[in-house]
Amino acid sequence: MSQFAINIIFVGGSFLLYIAIAIWAKAGSTSDFYVAGGGVHPITNGAAIGADWMSAASFISMAGLIAAGGYANSTFLMGWTGGYVLLAMLLAPYLRKFGKFTVPEFIGDRFYSKNARLVAVICLIVASVTYVIGQMAGAGVAFSRFLEVDSTVGLMIAAVVVFIYAVMGGMKGITYTQVAQYCVLIIAYTIPAVFISLQLTGNPIPGLGLFSTHVDSGMPILSKLNQVITDLGFNEYTADIDNKLNMVLFTLSLMIGTAGLPHVIIRFFTVPKVADARWSAGWALVFIALLYLTAPAVASMARLNLMTTIYPDGTSAEPIQYDERPNWIKEWEVTGLIQFTDKNEDGRIQLYNDSEAFAPTAEARGWNGNELVVNRDILVLANPEIANLPGWVIGLIAAGGLAAALSTAAGLLLAISSAVSHDLIKGSINPAISEKGELLAARISMAVAIVVATWLGANPPGFAAQVVALAFGIAAASLFPALMMGIFSKRVNNKGAIAGMLTGLAFTLAYIFVYKGWLFIPGTNNLADTPENWVLGISPLSIGAVGAIVNFAVAFIVSNATEEPPVEIQELVESVRYPRGAGQATDH
Amino acid sequence: MSAGHSYDAEAYWKANLRLIFGSLIVWALVSYGFAILLRPMLAGIPIGGTDLGFWFAQQGSILTFIALIFHYAWRMNKIDEKFGVHEE
Repeated sequence: MSQFAINIIFVGGSFLLYIAIAIWAKAGSTSDFYVAGGGVHPITNGAAIGADWMSAASFISMAGLIAAGGYANSTFLMGWTGGYVLLAMLLAPYLRKFGKFTVPEFIGDRFYSKNARLVAVICLIVASVTYVIGQMAGAGVAFSRFLEVDSTVGLMIAAVVVFIYAVMGGMKGITYTQVAQYCVLIIAYTIPAVFISLQLTGNPIPGLGLFSTHVDSGMPILSKLNQVITDLGFNEYTADIDNKLNMVLFTLSLMIGTAGLPHVIIRFFTVPKVADARWSAGWALVFIALLYLTAPAVASMARLNLMTTIYPDGTSAEPIQYDERPNWIKEWEVTGLIQFTDKNEDGRIQLYNDSEAFAPTAEARGWNGNELVVNRDILVLANPEIANLPGWVIGLIAAGGLAAALSTAAGLLLAISSAVSHDLIKGSINPAISEKGELLAARISMAVAIVVATWLGANPPGFAAQVVALAFGIAAASLFPALMMGIFSKRVNNKGAIAGMLTGLAFTLAYIFVYKGWLFIPGTNNLADTPENWVLGISPLSIGAVGAIVNFAVAFIVSNATEEPPVEIQELVESVRYPRGAGQATDH
Repeated sequence: MSAGHSYDAEAYWKANLRLIFGSLIVWALVSYGFAILLRPMLAGIPIGGTDLGFWFAQQGSILTFIALIFHYAWRMNKIDEKFGVHEE
C-alpha cells in the first residue's frame, strides 16, 4: 500500500471518529453548549484540557524549538506547564464556584461593570483569534505534506470537520472529541519517540533515554550531541546562558499567559464540583506531561539523527553527496521547508554554523557557507522518516498533528463564540433573548468564527509567528491579573480593574509594537528587534509578565484612591472562596 | 454567605492562602531557582552528560508541578472538610 493511502486511512479514520462522537454528543441546551452540561468527570476533563491546550505549537513546533535552542528553550517546557499550578491554586476552583458560563461574565459581575466585561471580551477575542490562526495554518501544513492536497483545500476539509462537531455539539461535542484527539495525538507523538530512543539508547522510555548512554559511541547522549554540534561550530546544546532576567521573564509570561487563556479556563466550568476543578488541573498536567517529558528527548535525538544523517562517517569526514540524500529530504524539499544550495559546488551537503568563530575551520575544509536550511517546524513531522520507521507511523503522525491543531482550534472557537453570544448578545445587545434564541446565536457565532479563522489560516498575516506571543502577552497582562484580583482582593473595584487591564494591555502592546512594528506593519518599528536595543535585555516576547505587574500595581493604586466595592460585591467574593453550594454552572 | 454561616470563614481562607504560598515557593524554586538562576550552583551535580539544573529545566520542574497540584488538591479537600465548607 502506498504511503498516501496509509495517510488517508489514518487521517480519514480519525475524522470519522470525531464526527461519530459529535452525533452522539449533540447539545440540547445552552448549558450543554457552553459547559457540556457541567457533568464532566475530572479525569475526562483532564484529557480534554490536554488536547485543548496542546496545539500545533506543542505538537509540531516545540521539539523543533528545543532542538534549535537547547537549554535556552527549556523556557517553553516550564512556561507551558507551570501555568497549571497557577490555574489550580489561583483561578480554577473559585471560577468554578462562581458557576457562570464565560470568563468575561465573571469580570463583568465581580467588577459590576459592563465596560469591564466589554474590555474582557475584546481581550478574549484578540487573544483567541490570533491563536486560532496558528492552528489553522498548522493544519494546512500537515494536510499539504501528508495528503498531497493544496493547503487551502486541506484547510477547508479541516474547517468542515470542526464545523460539524463544534457547531452541533458545542462544549459537549468538543469535550468528547478532545478526549479522542488526546489519545490520537499522544500515541502519535510517543510511538516514533520510543522507536528512536530504542535505536539510539536502548531505553524504551524517551524521557529516560535523554539522560542515558548513546549506544554507538558509549557516551551519554547529551555529551555526544554537544560534541557533534560544537565540531560544526554550533553552541553547546546544554550550555548555560547569560541573559537570565529575560529567561525568567519569558518563562513567567508563558506561565501567567497560560493561566489567563480563556479557552483553557472555561474547560474548568464543565466539572460538577469545586474539588473536581482542582483534581482536573492535576490530571490535565499529567496528560500534558506525557508529551512534555518526551518532547525534550525528541528534540535532542532528532537533532543528533539529523547530524549523523548528513555526516554518516563522523563530523571530521566529508558529509553525504546531495545525490545520495535520503528520501525524506527529497520529499520535504518539495514543500520548500528544506532548502539546499550547493555553495561550493562539490555536490555534497555542508551543514554547519556560519559563524565568524568557525570561519577558519570552514575555509580550511573548502566550505563556502551552510548549504542546508531545515525549517525547525518539520522536525516532529519528519522524525519517523529520519529514523526510517514504517509507513503506518508516518500516517499516525499526520493524524496526530491534525488532532492537536483541530482540538485547540475547537476550544478557541468555543471561547470566541460564547463571548459573542453570551457576553455580547445576551449580556448587552438583547438580554431578553430566549434560551433557544441564544443557542441559535451561539451556533451562528461559532459558524462565523470558523469561516473567519479558515480565511485567516489560508491567508495568514505575515506576522503569524509573532501573534502567538501577542496572545500570551494579552492574556498575561490583562485577563490573568483581573481574574486573580477579583478573587483574592475584596478591595479592588470597577475603576481599579478597568484601569489595570487597560494600562497592562497598553504597556504590553506598546513594548511589542516598538520592536515588532505598530500593528505588526513592517517598517513601523521604532527600534530594531535585537537584544542590544531591549530595555534591560527584556525581549518583546517576555514583556507580558511585566505588563501583568503594571496591571496589578495600577489596579491597587486606583482602587485605594476610590471608593470600596459595594457590600454585595464583597459578599460575592466571599462566596467564590468557599466550595459549599457550587451546584452546576448556571445562567443566573 | 454573608451572615449566619457556621464555619470560621476567615481561618479557612487563611489556611488556603498559607497552602498556596508554600506551594508557590516550591513552584518558583524548582523553575526560576534550580532550572535558571541557581543552575551554576548545581553544575557540580552530574546527570546523564549534563547537570542537575538542565534536568530541572527540561523535566524536573514539570514533575514537581504535578506533585504540587495533587498535593494542593488533596490538602484542600481535607481543609474543606475540617472547616465544613466541602460540597455535599
